[in-house]
Amino acid sequence: MTWDEMSPLLLEATGQTAQMVVWSTLFTVLFGLPLGIALIVTDRGGLLPSPTLNRVLGLVVNLGRSLPFIVLMIAVIPLTRLIVGTTIGTFAAVVPLTLGAAPFFARLVETALREVGRDTVQAAQAMGAGRGTIIGKVLLPEAMPGLVAGLTVTVVALISYSAMAGAIGGGGLGDLAIRYGYQRFETTLMVVTVVVLVVIVQVVQTLGDAVARRLARR
Amino acid sequence: MIDVSGLRKVYRDRGREVVALGGVDLRVREGEIFGVLGQSGAGKSTLLRCVNLLERPTEGTVSVAGQELTALREGELRRARQRIGMIHQHFALLSSRTVAGNVAFPLEVMGVGRSERARRVAELLELVGLTDKAGAHPAQLSGGQKQRVGIARALAGNPSVLLSDEATSALDPATTQSILALLRTLNRELGLTILLITHEMHVVKGICDSVAVMRDGLIEESGAIPELIARPGSRLAAELFPLPRPEAGNVTITFTGQADEPVVSEIVRKFDVDVNILGGALEEVAGVSAGRLRVRLTGGERQAALDYLTERGLLVEVAG
Repeated sequence: MTWDEMSPLLLEATGQTAQMVVWSTLFTVLFGLPLGIALIVTDRGGLLPSPTLNRVLGLVVNLGRSLPFIVLMIAVIPLTRLIVGTTIGTFAAVVPLTLGAAPFFARLVETALREVGRDTVQAAQAMGAGRGTIIGKVLLPEAMPGLVAGLTVTVVALISYSAMAGAIGGGGLGDLAIRYGYQRFETTLMVVTVVVLVVIVQVVQTLGDAVARRLARR
Repeated sequence: MIDVSGLRKVYRDRGREVVALGGVDLRVREGEIFGVLGQSGAGKSTLLRCVNLLERPTEGTVSVAGQELTALREGELRRARQRIGMIHQHFALLSSRTVAGNVAFPLEVMGVGRSERARRVAELLELVGLTDKAGAHPAQLSGGQKQRVGIARALAGNPSVLLSDEATSALDPATTQSILALLRTLNRELGLTILLITHEMHVVKGICDSVAVMRDGLIEESGAIPELIARPGSRLAAELFPLPRPEAGNVTITFTGQADEPVVSEIVRKFDVDVNILGGALEEVAGVSAGRLRVRLTGGERQAALDYLTERGLLVEVAG
């Protein structure tokens, strides 16, 4: 394949990957962040300890985490159809991507929030701060470097998952690599795709690291 | 100002019951600096945390400024806490906020408006001498500066009471002195009542008016320092004036405030006794100089000499 033949394919696939990753990142944060906060808050010694709820949430998260993404993707097809109306296409891929990444991100959020000292939380309680204030003005800002680092790892994971989503019709760079690179023996395209993926992951990781470092230096 | 009565705190740890506080009564008068002295594990930290109900006592009541905290509901308790300042051993500042932001935090919690907040923050920073550090982050400050931020933050709500949880234990001696001096000034100028816990005698010596000595979840003795020292068998005095164990017949004389009276030479002349000084210590505590003298008293009218010393208001203890 010539460069002129490859570039429109690559451009379209990169766009699809970006679309999948951006949307699923958005939903992952939307569901994963509250879930991670809930895991911390309901834990023993948390702001609102509730062992039963904590165990249930832990179970849900572990369930999501224990399924290999390719299995999860297929298992949730009925749900995807319910939400998006179709199981094929970039937007349909967002459903399994979010379901796969949100529990993962929730655990990272939990870990980051746990790093905030008990001292700091107690000091806020001693000042008469309520739970909402403590979560919004103490836990989250204090854990921000860890949260950004966790988000970076999650986005990188989503890029990798999105390549698998290509296998069930999500499109994107993974789909391109399988259809052209693997099935049609287009080695050049395969190599270029790999390079594009590596560059994207590098950029995301470097950006995330820089932001986390900036936040941590304060 | 602070009234604690019948306070018990029992933890459950893997089915075992651990008694952290075994029935504590404490009374802190308005305007005084009250120290709770004890080794780690004595329960003093639990006691302090029970005063603003960071820990719920298993039994007993806590009143601060005439309000019974143990009877309050959560919302009311939060408001009451805004009037009780607290400072911490490891400062517990928000690393994501500047110095000014840290001091503003309790004001935000109280719902103080932006312009009033800025005015109050400037005022508080000036009070603790950190005006030039308003824009710095805690990581850029020394330990002493961090604790000053902690103090400014604790004073934001114009509290009548300040609780200090080992506030100087993580600081070097010189910084400790400057923080203690600041607390003393705040106590005098704002009439701030301070309840502090510490394992360091020099903190008690430096600024406390009254003290409670804690051990194994109980208060062994408590009261105004001069009275406490003058009490027979006082643990505080024993720790304040570390003298070797007395031999049988040795006399220990404790004086508070009578340091400049020449009692020893008086008994030598009046009762014809020989005084052999074995050891002694003198300390300035709670604004009075107090001391302890260990002597061997022989010959002459020994008993009459001892009675005379007691008459003069000194505490005389003869080792058996």
